[in-house]
Amino acid sequence: MTMFEAILLTIITASTPLLIAAIGQLVVERSGVLNLGMEGMMIMGAACGFAAAIVSGNSYIGVLAAIAAGMGMALIFAVLTLGLAANQVASGLALSIFGLGLSGVIGAPFVGARRDTMARLDLPVLSDLPVIGKALFGQDPFVYASFALVIGVWWFLGRTKPGLILRACGESHASAHALGYPVLKIRLFAILFGGACAGLAGAYLSLVYTPFWSPGMTAGRGWIALAIVVFASWLPWRTMAGAYLFGGITILQLHAQGAGVKIPSQAMAALPYLVTIIALVIIMSRRGGQQSAPASLGVPFVPDR
Amino acid sequence: MRLVLSKRENSSRWLGLLSPLIAVALTIASGAVLFAAMGLDPAKALAIYFLSPISDTWALQELAVKATPLVLISVGLSLCYLSNNWNIGAEGQFVMGAIFGGGIAIATHGVANGPWVFPAMMLAGMMGGAALAMIPAILKTKLSVNEILTSLMLVYIAELLLDWLVRGPWRDPKGFNFPQSVMFEAEAQTIRLTSDGRINIGTLIALVVVMLAAFLLSRMLKGFEIRLVGEAPRAARFAGFSQSRLTWTVFAISGALAGLAGIIEVGGTMGQLQPTISPGYGFTAIIVAFLGRLNPIGCLIAGVFLAITFIGGENAQIALRLPLDVTRVFQGLLLFFVLACDAFLIYRVRLVRSAPQERSA
Repeated sequence: MTMFEAILLTIITASTPLLIAAIGQLVVERSGVLNLGMEGMMIMGAACGFAAAIVSGNSYIGVLAAIAAGMGMALIFAVLTLGLAANQVASGLALSIFGLGLSGVIGAPFVGARRDTMARLDLPVLSDLPVIGKALFGQDPFVYASFALVIGVWWFLGRTKPGLILRACGESHASAHALGYPVLKIRLFAILFGGACAGLAGAYLSLVYTPFWSPGMTAGRGWIALAIVVFASWLPWRTMAGAYLFGGITILQLHAQGAGVKIPSQAMAALPYLVTIIALVIIMSRRGGQQSAPASLGVPFVPDR
Repeated sequence: MRLVLSKRENSSRWLGLLSPLIAVALTIASGAVLFAAMGLDPAKALAIYFLSPISDTWALQELAVKATPLVLISVGLSLCYLSNNWNIGAEGQFVMGAIFGGGIAIATHGVANGPWVFPAMMLAGMMGGAALAMIPAILKTKLSVNEILTSLMLVYIAELLLDWLVRGPWRDPKGFNFPQSVMFEAEAQTIRLTSDGRINIGTLIALVVVMLAAFLLSRMLKGFEIRLVGEAPRAARFAGFSQSRLTWTVFAISGALAGLAGIIEVGGTMGQLQPTISPGYGFTAIIVAFLGRLNPIGCLIAGVFLAITFIGGENAQIALRLPLDVTRVFQGLLLFFVLACDAFLIYRVRLVRSAPQERSA
């Protein structure tokens, strides 16, 4: 394996959790809901996924547990924001705080436990391609899942009627309601999908990326995923570009530290957060940055009758 | 079965006072269930959690020390949230205040200094916190960059800056290579109120800040402006209030208060800069602000309650070997219940048995 292939491989590993989480959040936000509980859902996925994988000895059971945990957390958020029309910003923050705490309690017995990273799944023929073969087609199943999610979400939102209805709820929930679409039910499904994606992204961190559990291991990735959605102007393919940009910066930072660049390690570690701010500034200072947000984003909907 | 919400004509004052209490009661009840699920005696665990922090005068002093930063920060955050400015980076502003104030303490270390040192540190701390808070405020007003994300990202950056300082340029040369600064001189430490406990002048400052903020919100034009911009932004615009200037003001105030809390904490309980100086005060203060219904007096009461969970969590860690994260679970649950109870204030919530038939998609 050449140096280039190795770097490409690590970039993909660093970007995949961001991409999975961000694409889920994109669907949630396109339906008009702002769920700031990303970090909490993601870390619950990481903790429950790892715990279930250790107990059952099967990584796939771990993945399913992580998805269930993410959806369970998302359901709490849905009850508050859809059922009781609570403030979405505050509810999301509560979800993040709650998830960080509960994951620590659930994960406490598993601190220090180790297991092998999930097996790679080589796609025949394609993985023998030169240069990109190993990096793109000799990956763990999550990477394929992330690609499938981007294509699936792009197709669903842009090419199907349910996708159009979901976007209508995000742009003007009153109009969607007047047309007879069940706004709250559609948003519920979007929120649950976002929770499932966040859980999956968390499972990737604890089952593949590190592979062990440590409290607070998401380290702000849930928040960065939120920023990527803004950066991507709520478009699936740009989300992919954004996730890979951020993943690339993380890896660049690690390689620079390894190569002994004369910059304090803390400055390098701060880079992803700094880049998030800079990226938001760049995208918003371009004309039309503001207009691309779903018009009903973050506004609670109470059907009147 | 589904929930149907209908807006209340007028929300009662009584319910407004009652709802945070119901939220606290529900949190304690869930705590009992949680402890039972973990195989503990719920009554004993709850007693350690909620009663041991208020059991004697020494414990009460500790409680005041913990409540002080929570109250200071949450009062500032309330002003932000009332006016729809979502500053969630108070943790970073707290750290920045400690860095700016601590910088003065380290610079004056070992040279002749007088009683002006600590006031100067507090001033610098406020400036540090406010400076960090102004970044999301300016980005929001000039480029409409989401302030939630920027203020949060700055938390990580401030924490890494502190980490670099105490491991690098500000490390105590005689500190056996530990990542910490020199111990502050006596003049650079937060003034203590008693000789046997740790309660310090910060608690008095917090009380004054609560009074000032309560006066601002209820009696002054600025307070009216803050509430109007939050509740009726269009009306506020017609009234000629500048939304941008208000955003800067509330971010600056809340950043300054968080920075002040930071330097009081560092000068009062640690006496030096360390890589980690906060058990999450800046984030917990968000819960305090909501539990206190974004009201300064409410923040004071809610701050004391959440300080109890901090100390109770530490006691439970020692007595019951419970992970400290249980405290976070409590705090998250509490905020869920507060938000849920608020819905019952604004809406009449009814459970309807079946979906209406007349609408089919």
